[in-house]
Amino acid sequence: MPIQVLMPALSPTMEKGNLAKWLKKEGETIKSGDVIAEIETDKATMEVEATDEGTLGRILIPEGTADVAVNTPIATILSDGETAADLGKAPAVSAPPKASESVPPAAGVEAPAAAAKTPAAPPAAVAPDPEIPAGTEMVTMTIREALRDAMAEEMRRDPDVFVMGEEVAEYQGAYKVTQGLLQEFGDRRVIDTPITEHGFAGVGVGAAMAGLKPIVEFMTFNFAMQAIDQIINSAAKTLYMSGGQMGCSIVFRGPNGAAARVAAQHSQDYSAWYSQVPGLKVVSPFSAADAKGLLKAAIRDRNPVIFLENEMLYGHSGEVPKLDDFVVPIGKARIARAGGHVTIVSWSNGMTYALKAADELAKDGIEAEVIDLRTLRPMDTETIVASVKKTGRAVTVEEGWQQSGVGAEIVARLMEHAFDYLDAPVARVSGKDVPMPYAANLEKLALPTVAEVVAAAKAVCYR
Amino acid sequence: MAAPKKSVAKEAEQDKGGSPPEFTRDQELSALRDMLLIRRFEEKAGQLYGMGAIGGFCHLYIGQEAVVVGMQMALKQGDQVITGYRDHGHMLACGMDAKGVMAELTGRRGGYSKGKGGSMHMFSMEKNFFGGHGIVGAQVSLGTGLAFANRYRGNDFVSVAYFGDGASNQGQVYESFNMAELWKLPVIYVIENNRYAMGTSVNRASAQTDFSKRGISFNIPGEQVDGMDVRAVKAAGDEAVAWCRAGKGPYILEMQTYRYRGHSMSDPAKYRTREEVEKVRHDQDPIEQVRNRLLEAKTSEQDLKAIDAEVREIVNAAADFAQHDPEPDASELWTDVYR
Repeated sequence: MPIQVLMPALSPTMEKGNLAKWLKKEGETIKSGDVIAEIETDKATMEVEATDEGTLGRILIPEGTADVAVNTPIATILSDGETAADLGKAPAVSAPPKASESVPPAAGVEAPAAAAKTPAAPPAAVAPDPEIPAGTEMVTMTIREALRDAMAEEMRRDPDVFVMGEEVAEYQGAYKVTQGLLQEFGDRRVIDTPITEHGFAGVGVGAAMAGLKPIVEFMTFNFAMQAIDQIINSAAKTLYMSGGQMGCSIVFRGPNGAAARVAAQHSQDYSAWYSQVPGLKVVSPFSAADAKGLLKAAIRDRNPVIFLENEMLYGHSGEVPKLDDFVVPIGKARIARAGGHVTIVSWSNGMTYALKAADELAKDGIEAEVIDLRTLRPMDTETIVASVKKTGRAVTVEEGWQQSGVGAEIVARLMEHAFDYLDAPVARVSGKDVPMPYAANLEKLALPTVAEVVAAAKAVCYR
Repeated sequence: MAAPKKSVAKEAEQDKGGSPPEFTRDQELSALRDMLLIRRFEEKAGQLYGMGAIGGFCHLYIGQEAVVVGMQMALKQGDQVITGYRDHGHMLACGMDAKGVMAELTGRRGGYSKGKGGSMHMFSMEKNFFGGHGIVGAQVSLGTGLAFANRYRGNDFVSVAYFGDGASNQGQVYESFNMAELWKLPVIYVIENNRYAMGTSVNRASAQTDFSKRGISFNIPGEQVDGMDVRAVKAAGDEAVAWCRAGKGPYILEMQTYRYRGHSMSDPAKYRTREEVEKVRHDQDPIEQVRNRLLEAKTSEQDLKAIDAEVREIVNAAADFAQHDPEPDASELWTDVYR
């Protein structure tokens, strides 16, 4: 029976790719391990290797096809004795072929190819964004590109801004967020560091104390645990300890939160950790426009800023205003969807659950107001409280753990500032109180779900 | 890169052979005055601590004065200095005002950090003193970052990162060594080996007790220096500064020194004998060495007494200010968190 070759996923977060080139023709003999095609994503180029032997029966996706979804059949392979006539038969599905990147994956980061769960692209904001003037032309780009553009624009604007981190230059970024920066700015300003988080975080803070404006990329915030002493004790506290004399204009950025299928040491949300510390600002965008506008604001900020990105969102596209200098102010939440029955507060990838839940709730006649916090410190209490004064009910959604979490903080603030307006106790939806498991089913159980958000919203509405 | 540099250390040792290059009379007088200022300041700080005017931790520099004073003589305006928590001496050597330092120790509004930093956390952008850091070893990465900034800007300033024999065992020290040599950063690592990390002697904590060798695996040249002789310190500092300014990368100086007082004010002093301390004081005191040379060179007792008097006046004025300056206004609690 002919074997189907499926579009492979290279990373846990890859959803689709371009079929750049076929290296074998229909009718050619194929041995296991032969490179049969080349595939491109916005991160990398990779080769598709055959895992089965036989003859390339039919090419189902011609070369040059863009946006081929992972697991789409791209070709069929005929086994010994089979002919083109067999192609009509129901094909056996081959395991997704092995794919190898043209550049070796960074150790410990790229998980084996897997059909990653794919949160839908964020729906367009219902409420107009006050930062974007009416009539502004919008450009669709991925969050990855939005972040890169933000850095490039700020580096063009200010010669004191530079990027340092592991694989940010030659490799173009472990997650390709710094793609092209080395080519534009050179190795003086785009600096590959050794694998030495504690050390290079300290070097970055020292350079900032001397007046430069470093952007320090952590390959993921999990690795920043090695550097957290320099972030807290040196970056966050020195302005205060020096009586205002010596500050530190620095951005620590990188992916935060749960990735896909990489288990506990590579999947943790640090939102609550950093948002507890005075002296730091903590930003965590969801949309592409916010990713760009807030990163530009963070780079310009004269204080240390923790900029928490999300690997699952890097490939998502959104509309970004085409403006010469689009900056989103730090410390302002955004009403992503207006509604009068219940307030749902989230940020970053949590918004994926929140917005989907709002869609579900609308079907049952419950109009949820969804607030994207965007900045965790300073927290925009005013916007949350104003919404809850209107709705009387609130649900918080976060991927992080519940104890001492950001949701817990929001609940406390609502107690302090909106107690008399609450018609029900505030509900929290969060990551489960366990280290992140590897198994696909357990991982899913550990994270918040749309159903949990819907249930929580209904519960606070007594429905 | 140039072939290292074992040879550099060796040559330096051979060069020294006997005593280091002589100071001019002016250099001797200047070194005496600066070391005396640190000594008297620290003695006064010890007194004020005993009276309860200074709180928390207070780590005195008495005995180690030649290290920072000699190094400072090798630097030029614009070079940066950063150190750990035993930092009062470094601040005074950088030219920071004794009143501001003492008032910080007493937690008053006229202190360098408006009373919000204390003994271990003082800074002066004006004097290029970057702290005053309380986490052992952190200043090594930060000082490497200062050097990074100099390299980035293409100027010829060097940064000096001071740390102790104890901090030398921290991981980030070696992470910094690696980057500094990799990127040829102009940073001098001054290891003040005072023989005890708190109460743990060097032999009990360090597999390699020759700290000048701690950079060997990174090809960073290192040198052991008599840190009780200000002339030896200055000579080694000159060499290290020239190396860094020439763009050759980092340099390690192990200053062999000794602290007379405890690690902090609450030191039980059970880890060494009184005789050991007395012997160093008697045989190697950095200030007495200079004073004796000046007397041999026919400097009058009167000239030396004038220096004593000037220093005492500065210290007494600082102590007076530090005890009478008001505490910070309560509103200062909320300032300087962000800018």
